[in-house]
Amino acid sequence: MMNRWRVLKRLLPLLAGMVLLLSACGRADLSVLRPQGPVAEEQFKLMKLAIIIMVIVVVVVFAIAFYVIVRFRRRPGDKTIPKQVEGNHKLEIMWTVIPIILLIILGVPTIQSVFGLAKDYSKDPNAIQVKVTGHQYWWQFDYTKLGIHTAQELVIPNDAVISVETETADVLHSFWIPSLAGKTDANPGGSVNRMYFKAPNTGVYLGKCAELCGPSHALMDFKVKVVDRASFDRWVAAMKTPTPMPSDPAVADVLTQQCLTCHAIDGTQGGAFPNLAGIGGKQAVAGILLNTDSPKYQNEGTVEDNLKRWIRDPQAVKPGAKMPKVDLTEQQIDGLAKYLASLKLNY
Amino acid sequence: MDWLTTVDHKKIGILYLISGGFFFLVGGLEAIMIRIQLWQPENHFVSADTYNELLTMHGTTMIFLAAMPMIFALMNAIVPLQIGARDVAFPFVNAIGFWTFFAGGVLLNVSWFTGGAPDAGWTSYVPLATDAFNGGNVHGVDYYVVGLQIAGIGTLVGGINFLATIINMRAPGMSFMRLPLFTWTAFITSALILFAFPALTVGLVALMFDRLFHANFFEVSNGGNAVLWEHIFWIFGHPEVYILILPAFGVISEVVSTFSRKRLFGYSSMVFATVLIGFLAFMVWAHHMFTTGLGPVANSLFSIATMLIAVPTGIKIFNWLFTLWGGSIRFTTANLFAVGFIPTFVMGGVTGVMLASAPADYQYHDTYFVVAHFHYVIVGGLILGLFSGLHYWWPKMFGRMLNETLGKLTFWFFFLGFHLTFFVQHFLGLMGMPRRVWTYLDGLGFDDLNMISTVGAFLMGLGTIFFLINIVTSAAKPRDAADDPWEDGRTLEWTIPSPAPEYNFAQTPLVRGYDAYWKEKMEGKNAMTPAEPLGPIHMPSPSILPLILSIGLFIGGLGFMYHHTIVGIIGLLITFGCLFTRSLIDDHGFHIEPDELHDKGVKA
Repeated sequence: MMNRWRVLKRLLPLLAGMVLLLSACGRADLSVLRPQGPVAEEQFKLMKLAIIIMVIVVVVVFAIAFYVIVRFRRRPGDKTIPKQVEGNHKLEIMWTVIPIILLIILGVPTIQSVFGLAKDYSKDPNAIQVKVTGHQYWWQFDYTKLGIHTAQELVIPNDAVISVETETADVLHSFWIPSLAGKTDANPGGSVNRMYFKAPNTGVYLGKCAELCGPSHALMDFKVKVVDRASFDRWVAAMKTPTPMPSDPAVADVLTQQCLTCHAIDGTQGGAFPNLAGIGGKQAVAGILLNTDSPKYQNEGTVEDNLKRWIRDPQAVKPGAKMPKVDLTEQQIDGLAKYLASLKLNY
Repeated sequence: MDWLTTVDHKKIGILYLISGGFFFLVGGLEAIMIRIQLWQPENHFVSADTYNELLTMHGTTMIFLAAMPMIFALMNAIVPLQIGARDVAFPFVNAIGFWTFFAGGVLLNVSWFTGGAPDAGWTSYVPLATDAFNGGNVHGVDYYVVGLQIAGIGTLVGGINFLATIINMRAPGMSFMRLPLFTWTAFITSALILFAFPALTVGLVALMFDRLFHANFFEVSNGGNAVLWEHIFWIFGHPEVYILILPAFGVISEVVSTFSRKRLFGYSSMVFATVLIGFLAFMVWAHHMFTTGLGPVANSLFSIATMLIAVPTGIKIFNWLFTLWGGSIRFTTANLFAVGFIPTFVMGGVTGVMLASAPADYQYHDTYFVVAHFHYVIVGGLILGLFSGLHYWWPKMFGRMLNETLGKLTFWFFFLGFHLTFFVQHFLGLMGMPRRVWTYLDGLGFDDLNMISTVGAFLMGLGTIFFLINIVTSAAKPRDAADDPWEDGRTLEWTIPSPAPEYNFAQTPLVRGYDAYWKEKMEGKNAMTPAEPLGPIHMPSPSILPLILSIGLFIGGLGFMYHHTIVGIIGLLITFGCLFTRSLIDDHGFHIEPDELHDKGVKA
């Protein structure tokens, strides 16, 4: 018995090391292994518990397997017949009971957590209520109580519970923010799914669609931008301020006739297509073309370049996207991109 | 011609093996293309549409057209021999089973050449799989629903046939608690097929009605329910996992026991565990739907039920290890695969328990972690098991030994390639990579691990090529395998020549205990005691009807898919004509007389 404990003692630092290694895996704004909020932390805690149990199981099985393979290999010319053992009730009961104990250790916190994470904040006056709607291939965010609407970038304060209601406008999508909250499916019709999360650290977190939803499923990314309360309030106010039209009448003309038939540029208007309010200040165009001039990534460019690339041929960026290739001259595209890039909210 | 009309279970087993093997190569090629696309970020090797077709067809092909048929190949070739039977209970139905599977499989793959393969994932979730979201690929999912229905007929009748065979055709003395474990798993698998496949068929029929005739089972705006499909699919889909893995468990039990010269440790608890796994398989389907929003009560119940499966599975793992313990282990290729299977499957099993914890699954679900998990179970479990079984029973099926050196090359390339491919995918998933993604952006930190994974996939491909070379070179050699080529055979199939003669057993053997042949050997005998005198053996006649019948279904399926109702009806008339003809013709089969009994195995 003593011996067994000594083995376990030696294993523990190894396990702890593994956990450390795991927690250094991936980008902090994306990885499940580097949780940035209480919900993701709770899920990560369960994962760590499970991983420790499972590593123990795997190590025991590997050790036995390794021992058996080495110890009992047949020597050349060996004709002896090993004892034909029928079984051993004590052993068999042991390896029935031990797994059951391990499962109880994992099962109890699992159930606690299932019910904990199912808590409904949709009536909580202090929570930020957001209706998330998945579209092929973008995300719409409606702040139901604040009366504002945005797309692709969910701006939230760092001091409140965010209560999310997921819906879909077409096929199944799944709303996933790995480092903050896990995922919830968006089902068509009838059933409305809810989840909540908190994001105490300001910053930008990456979100993804996790359910196959068509050709550009892989490109259905969004950002969660966490800001402090003052800044959030400024953002809400800015979203409620009407967006100025382009000063160049030619551009204004194109915008009204070609763009505003589908899109809205005021943050107070909803709609079936992405709201363009503040689009020039977002981290990415179409969720995936990064607005940065660092040439580190393949998909980077200035906001204006990215807007041009998108307007010129949306299908080339996101195959299957609903936005058509609009018949515009290069000059008109330049004018539109320049105007849209200037739509930045001050917050 | 002989092969088109055969009703012999051994030949049908070989037919299953050839066509299942062919589809395995097709599915493997699709996998390689998927991995090429993902070897670097923002790659443009295939388009987004093609990628979705590839991933759908890879999954569908591997599950329905490769894994299941290869299981059926082993079951057909071995189960009747293991229970001392002369054939399956319904040889004609057995042939129908093969040909309908084949027709369905070919139909499914025809889609590549007619404007686009199905692209809604192998789970074919609605509404993406309804005709409202076809895009340019109008008939893709039609092929899925029709092809799988036709192939499903084959699986279902095959399963029923094995149930009837194992219940009714065991040799005298072969009680249920003396059945070899492979036969036991074949039995439970068949029972799972009997209960699970009708659910799939119901779902497919409903989806077909939605697509072809604009019904509204899943159309939300007309009162349908999209989550309903998920339930129907997984009520079939979860047991399907056990339909696949149980026969592999059976193979491992046989191989490990033979090559360690020991009887299986804890036989009765193995049987109990098999039955229990089969039962629990039906209780846990909603663990595929934790993020669907079924609520905390359903999620906790299904969490716990799922975790419970670890218990019987654990029993099996330790029983195998203790079968090896104290044995005299010989590392043939078959045993290498079996011994490699055990730790690999454990790794797939423990991630399964991790996935069962619903709140954590809100993170794992639909990520590469899940991809890694089920490939550990299906490739690391089932495919390693199949390789093991094929190397083990190859002499009994074909009368030739496979080359051991090539076999070991197959094992090491496949095994190491497998772990290289899929182990890193656990981390990819946890680092935020969703599954079923056509590409991923640069700079997310996914690049290196994806590259490693692709290299691994190529190694697995190489391993498979070594296996093919092995088959081809061995086919050139004479058929000289001994009756009991591994010298430590324990069960009835090793008492008869390799390959088995057409009638299997000239005289039905008398079974006097578990591991019947081993028992006789230990008592110094080298053959079984016969349970009947030598006499004429009644054999079923070959028939071309099963083939024509499936061609009818194939034509009918195509006809309805393209709304040529006349063609559809003609196809169905051919099928029903065959059934009608069969019931009119009075065919009593033929007899093999005792004086003809001394030659030849099945001509393979």
